[in-house]
Amino acid sequence: MSKPPSSRGAGARERLQHWLPKLVLSPSFVLVLFFVYGFILWTSYISFSDSGMLPDYTWAGTRQWSRLWSSWTWGIALHNIWVFGLLYIVSCTLLGLLLAILLDQRIRAEGTLRTIYLYPMALSFIVTGTAWQWFLNPGLGLERTMHSLGWESFSFNWLIDANMAIYTVVIAAVWQATGFIMAMFLAGLRGIDGEMIKAAQIDGAPTWKIYLRIVIPQLRPVFLSAIVVLAHLAIKSFDLIVAMTGGGPGNATAVPATFMYSYAFSRNEMGIAAASAVFMLAVIAALIIPYLYSELREPRS
Amino acid sequence: MSAASPVARRNPFARAMLYAVLAGFAVIYLMPLYVMLVTSFKPLTEIHQGNMLALPDAWTFAPWREAWGSACIGLECSGVHGYFFNSIKIVVPAVLISGLLGAFNGYVLTKWRFRGHKIVFGLILFSCFIPFQIILLPMARVLGILHIANSTTGLVLVHVVYGIGFTTLFFRNFYASFPDELVRAAKLDGAGFFTIFFRILLPSSIPIIVVTIIWQFTNVWNDFLFGVSFTSGDSAPITVALNNLVNSSTGVKAYNVNMAAAMVAAVPTLVVYILAGKYFLRGLMSGSVKG
Repeated sequence: MSKPPSSRGAGARERLQHWLPKLVLSPSFVLVLFFVYGFILWTSYISFSDSGMLPDYTWAGTRQWSRLWSSWTWGIALHNIWVFGLLYIVSCTLLGLLLAILLDQRIRAEGTLRTIYLYPMALSFIVTGTAWQWFLNPGLGLERTMHSLGWESFSFNWLIDANMAIYTVVIAAVWQATGFIMAMFLAGLRGIDGEMIKAAQIDGAPTWKIYLRIVIPQLRPVFLSAIVVLAHLAIKSFDLIVAMTGGGPGNATAVPATFMYSYAFSRNEMGIAAASAVFMLAVIAALIIPYLYSELREPRS
Repeated sequence: MSAASPVARRNPFARAMLYAVLAGFAVIYLMPLYVMLVTSFKPLTEIHQGNMLALPDAWTFAPWREAWGSACIGLECSGVHGYFFNSIKIVVPAVLISGLLGAFNGYVLTKWRFRGHKIVFGLILFSCFIPFQIILLPMARVLGILHIANSTTGLVLVHVVYGIGFTTLFFRNFYASFPDELVRAAKLDGAGFFTIFFRILLPSSIPIIVVTIIWQFTNVWNDFLFGVSFTSGDSAPITVALNNLVNSSTGVKAYNVNMAAAMVAAVPTLVVYILAGKYFLRGLMSGSVKG
């Protein structure tokens, strides 16, 4: 399709038309090559170098990597992202599916409810973090409110409890993202072929059974997309933790993203920061590339 | 159409339960916003008395005025308004440039395919998903070399570069379902590359333009990582200013001012979402995002 017709000979205009599409695409492509792939290579190299405060291109083998893996904080960060990611993905998926199914019952105020479930997605994580930090503030927030409403024994101090603080971040993150996942499932539900369902209904199958046996299995692609989107969001989560707990108390809510940031910009340990970033990229790539490959390989109509 | 017939349509009790559960979730979802709003209109003394759910006894706009014009962020005591305008200065060019590039890319990748177009698209697409930690260190150096470190111009560049992936994805998937016959006929008539784009494709691209603008606007406005990594002081965006305001450890915490500042940071995206969210969802769900 892109070849110019040869019969009329290659006039200057036609040659231009032939090159124009590539010319138009090339600035973006060059930007991406340099700022994405060039930078990935650079950071990867730095992770094998002696870099501290400034880049130092002396090859240092795996020194930075072994320093990373022997770091106590990195261990906490990995543990946290695992706990956070798992709870976040599972809660958002189940809650999003539940809300979508409930909303899919010809609800009268569906539009309004959808807007309400979805609006947190429009907020910055910093706003969300600020709001929830205040909401869960042990001195003045929910706890104090419950006391003033007469529930004297109510206690909720997870935000300042090193063992529980990560769960407050999960709560806020789930609050923020569930609506989006709900919307994905809702779109999936609307796209399901109704014939099998009608047949099952005629057979007198109960509604829950129809959902479990017919509807949910057909939503498999949506599950896959939702989990990929959520896992990717979880690994990148940085803002919410900074705003809610600042990684604290102590290092209790450190995650790889906050770890990388603090080693890069406060501790001036460029090499370790680069190694942690490469690790994050590797995990996401292992997740995303097979997904993208399968999505793009499908024949398009 | 709904997938299955409504749960127990004929059972009023189940129906009532359904509405009760949905309303309960709605209350939970609205609660933080409600608390933020009422707190931002309360004097500090009322906040210290407790009950964050109560409406203010004495409504006051003072926290909003202070957040906007006189709250101290770092050493500067002039509120968040300067940072608010910084964010606008970043968002507008970043959204327009990345949107335009994405539209052209999508057009080329669907209607002027060349050998290797899939690989090019794959490489651009993957850039949507990288954890940005991988580019923070080199980007900080490149911005320094270009003399646009610590400036809104620098952040525009960053947001354009890392926005291209999404805008290209949106337009490419949208134009993939645009009939090839129309384009082919126009080519036979001798219409050129730009004529076809501006006369034939662009006029019917409104839905995807809306999706792209909302997506990019929200992402860029809400960005914190790039802002905090590449700017400090006067040139920071609103999210960074908000975080500095809220999490600075000096002095008495003015929760009402913090909440007012958070609302200031939230209002633009909330307004966009409430006004145009419907079109966004419709566009997003009509397959514009799925590969």
